[in-house]
Amino acid sequence: MTPEELDQIAEDERAEQGKYTERVNVCVAAGCLSCQSQSVKDALDQEVGSRGTKDRCQVKGVGCMGLCSEGPLVSTSNGILYKKVEAADSPAVLDSLAGEPVARLVCPTDVPFFQRQKKIVLENSGVIDPERIEDYIAANGYTALIKALTEMSQREVIDEVTKSGLRGRGGAGYPTGLKWSTVSKSVGAQKYVICNADEGDPGAFMDRSVLESDPHRVLEGMLIAGYAVGASEAYIYVRAEYPLAIKRLRNAIRQAERVGLLGSNICGTRFSFRVDLRLGAGAFVCGEETALIASVEGKRGTPRPRPPYPAMEGLFGKPTLINNVETYANIAPIIRNGGEWYAQVGTEKSKGTKVFALAGRVENTGLVEVPMGISLREMVFEIGGGIPEGRKFKAVQTGGPSGGCLPTDCLDMPVDYESLARAGSIMGSGGMIVMDESSCMVDVAKYFMDFCMTESCGKCIPCRVGTFQMRRILEAIGNMTATEQDLKLLEELCELLKHTSLCGLGQSAPNPVLSTLRSFAEEYRAHIQEHKCPAGVCGQPAGETL
Amino acid sequence: MSPVATVKTLKIDGRDVSGRQEETILDVARQNGIFIPRLCEMDGLSDVGACRLCLVEIKGQNKLLPACVTVVEEGMEVTTGSERLNNYRRMILELLFTERNHVCSVCVSNGHCEMQMLAQRLGITHVHFPYRYPKEEVDASHERFVIDHNRCILCTRCLRVCDEIEGAHTWDIMGRGIDAKVITDLNESWGTSETCTSCGKCVQVCPTGALFEKGRSVAEMMKRRQFLPYLTMMREENE
Repeated sequence: MTPEELDQIAEDERAEQGKYTERVNVCVAAGCLSCQSQSVKDALDQEVGSRGTKDRCQVKGVGCMGLCSEGPLVSTSNGILYKKVEAADSPAVLDSLAGEPVARLVCPTDVPFFQRQKKIVLENSGVIDPERIEDYIAANGYTALIKALTEMSQREVIDEVTKSGLRGRGGAGYPTGLKWSTVSKSVGAQKYVICNADEGDPGAFMDRSVLESDPHRVLEGMLIAGYAVGASEAYIYVRAEYPLAIKRLRNAIRQAERVGLLGSNICGTRFSFRVDLRLGAGAFVCGEETALIASVEGKRGTPRPRPPYPAMEGLFGKPTLINNVETYANIAPIIRNGGEWYAQVGTEKSKGTKVFALAGRVENTGLVEVPMGISLREMVFEIGGGIPEGRKFKAVQTGGPSGGCLPTDCLDMPVDYESLARAGSIMGSGGMIVMDESSCMVDVAKYFMDFCMTESCGKCIPCRVGTFQMRRILEAIGNMTATEQDLKLLEELCELLKHTSLCGLGQSAPNPVLSTLRSFAEEYRAHIQEHKCPAGVCGQPAGETL
Repeated sequence: MSPVATVKTLKIDGRDVSGRQEETILDVARQNGIFIPRLCEMDGLSDVGACRLCLVEIKGQNKLLPACVTVVEEGMEVTTGSERLNNYRRMILELLFTERNHVCSVCVSNGHCEMQMLAQRLGITHVHFPYRYPKEEVDASHERFVIDHNRCILCTRCLRVCDEIEGAHTWDIMGRGIDAKVITDLNESWGTSETCTSCGKCVQVCPTGALFEKGRSVAEMMKRRQFLPYLTMMREENE
């Protein structure tokens, strides 16, 4: 593959697509597929066939368009977005290509949910066919890789990433440029690149969506990373619960190998790169980097103490770069447009955009990409469209089981790494669960503690037994049988786990409890002293809690 | 070991001490007779940093660090026994006591148990968390040894000695979190294990009465660990 060949593929594809005067894009990411978007696409295909307009009207399966709650989503070449489309609607949708929109299906796009977004990671989601490399190349795909390989030194690539101010999107927010530079400086002939796609936070689906909608973008980011740090082998550790993402990744790897963007001597340079998939077997803790490495090595997925950090001694004892899916997805645009371009977006210490999975009690649930520094109020009430059924907002949970619940008085806080940490939560991977007055915060804390307890690997004592004891106390509070003494024990255990656990899972397991204890202490008191649950959740038969 | 050893000087509990650059805080503390509690660490086996009892404070560091895997650095100032540390240690030990059924009075290792000794040393008089009282199994199918899961603390010393010293890797862990347990082979009974060489090293390194020899009284059930540093030393010399 030479730069000229890449240009040729892009031109051919654009010419091919230029033949069509009409286009219908159907979302075929997991969210819409689960509400039968495949049958919508098939019906559209069939209808186009029976009308004999196959040569001018293209029906394309594309990635996620964001507003998952209104799926299946269909967009047309005349700029209309349709929601909740059924197979039977296909004639009407096709008719509208040359006429009036189908009013009953139109999903307005001039609302904050769409207008407030800024798409960098998701620029191709909902636009290109995730199963065709040509479509990605036609959308300027792999040009950043060519640019890095042919015009930039390894140092320059790292400098550009450093300049962008990009920070790890997996949760902790470690500066990406610094990590790359550490790995590149580590001594060793063999280095590895790993992509962490073991997304496990309840309610989070950003990485899945990126992998399903634009898998080549992640591969391109990894290739550039491999070039920058001097690695020739890479693994994508993706959880087995994401079959569609795995299928599209496998397909993308095969396509990239076929056109010579993966393999030996890429673009005629000395750079060779191989990518393999490793499937997680359902352990949340394997998202922790040292546990992930152990799992890739074929060992039991348990964390080990750091240092040594993976940048020095990682996979098979070799220097290893581990980044999250979304981090890699940011790399190609940074190289294409420059680090300064990226650094214009966001706040002083948190640059760029962040993809959030908005879930829970909001009108619009789905995937959004917003500039860092947007306020929580905008997230919940403008983009999210507020709380349904006229209920009152109570809290928003960010960062999954390692994060915390942010109450009303945090609503005007900007969403960036530092502000969230100050408020007792974390950015995390980008899950955002909105809760209204019908949620009991003790119940929420119990839910997350239960999650941490079942996901603890059992290696260190504080996490293994501590999460069990904490879950027991929270259960007792929920059953109205707890005492003040139990509450004191709970607080002691929070401190113990935070300071003595081996890995991030145990250290951050108390966060949901600590943050609800701080902001919703009166709810705990009501359970313990008055034996009642203000939200009316506890003491009810078990059901869906969040 | 390189012929030229780089030596670092540091302070542990206010005492000036020195250690080679590859030595850990625990190594140096031990050489100087400074006691740091630990249950998973054992001289001669690889370190896993799992029991969290050897956590120490290091001046200028926010985090507590496990002494067993933290190598010494020039000018380090280490505190091994602050009130805060001992408080955490007591809580961790208490959690261990609640996890399974540790009843010293009926235990074959009563008086020779590392966990019991640590609890006494740290002044644990009672446990203020509720006990779990799980139903655990006892596997006495091996002709010479017994594993009593009621007394296992999952320190994984048996796994490591079997894998690293004996080379059999009979022991492993199954399940996770509070349900984790040590198993022989693929969770088969110990007596019919095809990989076990019956060397008994696992029994000797076990800190509690979870692994013990048949036919020995409480007074006789002393763990003999002299073999371990000796074996390690001999191997290093051969290399």
